[in-house]
Amino acid sequence: MTLPTATPSATPASSDARGPAISVSHLTKRFGDRVAFDDVSFDIAYGEVFGFLGPNGAGKTTTVRTLGTLLAPSAGTASVAGLPLTPANGVDIRSRIAIMPESPGLYQRLSVLENLQCFAALYGVEDAGARIQSALTAVGLADRAQDRAGELSKGLRQRAALARALLSEPEILFLDEPTSGLDPVAAREVHDLIGELRTRGVTIFLTTHRLEEAQRLCDRVAILNTTLRSIGRPEELRDQLFAQTLRVVTAAPLADPTEVFGGIPAVRQWHQDDAATYVLTVSDSKAAAPDVTRALLSAGADVVSIAQQEHSLEDVYLQLVDEAKA
Amino acid sequence: MQLSWRRVLAITLKELRDYSRNRPIILAMFLFPLIFTIQPLISIFAAKGLTAAALSGRHELLFMLGIPILVPATLAAYAVAGERYQETLEPVLETPITREEFLLGKALAVFMPSVIISYVVFAVYIAVVELARPDIAPGLFGADDLIVQIVFTPLLAAFSIWVGIAISTRASDPRTAQQLSVLSSLPVFFVAILFAFNVIAPSLELALLLGGVLLVADVVGWRLIAPLFDRERLISGPH
Repeated sequence: MTLPTATPSATPASSDARGPAISVSHLTKRFGDRVAFDDVSFDIAYGEVFGFLGPNGAGKTTTVRTLGTLLAPSAGTASVAGLPLTPANGVDIRSRIAIMPESPGLYQRLSVLENLQCFAALYGVEDAGARIQSALTAVGLADRAQDRAGELSKGLRQRAALARALLSEPEILFLDEPTSGLDPVAAREVHDLIGELRTRGVTIFLTTHRLEEAQRLCDRVAILNTTLRSIGRPEELRDQLFAQTLRVVTAAPLADPTEVFGGIPAVRQWHQDDAATYVLTVSDSKAAAPDVTRALLSAGADVVSIAQQEHSLEDVYLQLVDEAKA
Repeated sequence: MQLSWRRVLAITLKELRDYSRNRPIILAMFLFPLIFTIQPLISIFAAKGLTAAALSGRHELLFMLGIPILVPATLAAYAVAGERYQETLEPVLETPITREEFLLGKALAVFMPSVIISYVVFAVYIAVVELARPDIAPGLFGADDLIVQIVFTPLLAAFSIWVGIAISTRASDPRTAQQLSVLSSLPVFFVAILFAFNVIAPSLELALLLGGVLLVADVVGWRLIAPLFDRERLISGPH
């Protein structure tokens, strides 16, 4: 199977008068001979939740660090929050964005409040007290403000790091594995928070291993494995990679399935999966299903079920990563 | 380059809070002063028949300049290597802070307690000698000794800080950084000892020359060390 090319679908569905929140063109980062990511191009619109997926070592965190001005790109160009990604713009770019790294990186001997006070000052936040309170409330840590960061569980430290990232009310928020190590309830709370940030118009760049998280939260996703393997809305990627299929189960095997399915224009091909189970590859499953039903009834078959076979983002991801390995 | 004092002081305040709860750091802050105070006091009180005249020419207080040399060396070594070790460096560097602001904030946090501790220890030493042995006090220190102490303490502390921070930016872990930093400060301390025991005769001209050299080193040290602070290596390099 041919991999979908990244560039044509690398633009967001909607755009803003300000231009893209992030625009990346042929960006490459090398550490000596080792290539972290290569020739990556995409645009992200303001207010978009953009998922960045890929296996370990694919270059996701390096991409975040590069866009966050911590690392200088080896080649290519980019703009972040409307500013060209150059060393001269480092301070201005970092004033407009916030990054929550995978490791919370809190000062263990300081309280949660003291950690946030330090970062509020570093971001030049006015009315820091109110902003800190608001960030702590948003992540459900208002009652733990006086606790030392080192005494918090991993999940709570992760939340404190998220509160820190929210302090400056950034235009663009980079979340590097934000639910890593969180229990399902805490992860759900982070998802809800991301949803809330989206409604506030915050652009979110989310790297994650949790594919159901990306599928649920992201407007578009990109799959990176040193090079960009694919980019688009999750359902677009699914349609690009997997043909639409109908799974037909009858009470008894059909006497002549070729006659039944061969006459339906929407059915491209079919195969028998089980004694009385048939998998049909169709051009459009919604249009094909009524025709298939009618053909089966005309043939006198007892239909048990006709169902569209769903492919998840996980299927897409595994397919692309497997092909990259091959 | 525009400097944000708010960001500088945010780092300083954070560091001071962190020091106050860090036992190894507190221990280091008090260990050297203790060594440099007890030894001279014992030597004075144990020796019988000492007179002010016999002590004239010795500069015991200069020996105690080891405090503003070694205490900041220990603390400064922790500045960058400690942040890397705790994985707190990346979140700080993701903020709008510049490397110059970061280093200045770190240096101030080391400078303040080092100088305060040094002055307090000198004051305690002088007070003890004045109260317990007023007869020999004029032979141990005069006005010129006090002026040297007051002027050279911040100069030496700042020099030690920049050396310590320079090592900290390149070291792989805080312990190695501390050892190297203290080791690097020893030559300066030996010079102070040579003065203390009159191997090198102190003079006003020499004091002005050394003071000038230290002042220049302290002022340019900040600018010289900033380029060593390579964000890319510190973030993605091996720990």
